[in-house]
Amino acid sequence: MSAPAAAPLGFTDVAGPHCAAVGSFAAAGLALRRDLRLAFRKPAQLIQPLAFFALVTMIFPLAISPELGTLRTVAPGALWAAALLASLLALEFLFRDDAQDGTLEQYVLSGQSLTALIFAKTLAHWLLTGLPLTVMAPFAAVSLGAPSAALPGIVTAVLLGGVTLSLLGAIGAALTLNIRRSSALLSLLTLPLALPVVIFGARATQVAIAGGELLGPLELLAALAVLAVTLAPLAAAAAVRISLE
Amino acid sequence: MPANRLEAENLQLWRGERHVLRGLSFALAPGECLKLTGVNGAGKTSLLRTIAGLIYPEEGALRWDGQDIRRDLRSFQGGIAYLGHEPPLKADLTGRENLRYWVGTRRRVREPQLQQQLARVGAAPFADRPVRSLSAGQRRRVALAGLALLGVPLWLLDEPATNLDAQGQQLVGELIAEQLTRGGLAVAAVHHDLPGLSALRQLELAA
Repeated sequence: MSAPAAAPLGFTDVAGPHCAAVGSFAAAGLALRRDLRLAFRKPAQLIQPLAFFALVTMIFPLAISPELGTLRTVAPGALWAAALLASLLALEFLFRDDAQDGTLEQYVLSGQSLTALIFAKTLAHWLLTGLPLTVMAPFAAVSLGAPSAALPGIVTAVLLGGVTLSLLGAIGAALTLNIRRSSALLSLLTLPLALPVVIFGARATQVAIAGGELLGPLELLAALAVLAVTLAPLAAAAAVRISLE
Repeated sequence: MPANRLEAENLQLWRGERHVLRGLSFALAPGECLKLTGVNGAGKTSLLRTIAGLIYPEEGALRWDGQDIRRDLRSFQGGIAYLGHEPPLKADLTGRENLRYWVGTRRRVREPQLQQQLARVGAAPFADRPVRSLSAGQRRRVALAGLALLGVPLWLLDEPATNLDAQGQQLVGELIAEQLTRGGLAVAAVHHDLPGLSALRQLELAA
């Protein structure tokens, strides 16, 4: 990802000596900062998925039963379904504005690694959605009856699962870039890919609540996260190129 | 020694059922500007996007200094400045912030250079206002500052003088003329002649 500076090879430079080229790593850092700055200027978009997550996990105890045993049974499913849907809510905006205003075209034409730039955008998405969801997860888990001893395990599971969900979502968002009202299709594309994360995440949560050995499900979640970090930016960058044609 | 020479040979492009580019060939040497003309839908934007490597032609070749651009597309694209119908600016950022991020992903840009270019295109007075509060012409001026700051050899411009007043159109002509003087190249889709820019080569695209 930290490819050397994308000075246009074979070009006779017309820029003058003041214009030093930047590397893909620096460009990705700039893209990340830009997305974070933009997000904080539109706080409503930022709050929407978090409010959704909080509401769903608060409504479950009210709708089902305040009885601790019942709550603990449904907690893993409720927590992960809410996290997945909250993550999907924010995905629609991942590339949409950049495609509309020509920013994605400029990324492709920047001479930088598009994979690095897409990774930076996805990292921004995770920092703005996945990380806050991870911070909120213990509160949601407590409201669903999870014992305090289970919270570190649940937080770790949501942390690892959130990374994978953001990266998988980036592929779906890139593939549906040119489609109007793409949210339904985006969900259809992303949900099957996200199912292993939800299954292993819910299993980890279940084991954490029961006080069992967590290493197995967490290792599976970590493996999925590593796989997603390695491959998803490549796939999303290829999808962006295709969508821009 | 690279010479900054662009050649297109027998470009054939289909968009769905429409045969947009039909065996188009041309060559551009340093200091030359190709003016694309034609009615709406003639394929001017498609040709610009094809040259930029954003669209793959069904047939034909694009060469830079005699080498197919697909041999190292990323490097080729790093030497292009493409300005489409809409300036690539974020409405929630100021003009100055936009340029820092847009140009900054390619080249290190220092504040004095940024200020100098903003002043050059007449955008300095509104450079610190959010782009959403700027008129279309003001946005275009900010984008022109970015174009000049990129400092790349090949400019691909799609109606670069849209929304600009007479003074702004003159400015576009001057910026292109400076680019050509530096040994750069430009391909510009334009409906009207640009003041201050003469002796352009013209390519008329048929609908």
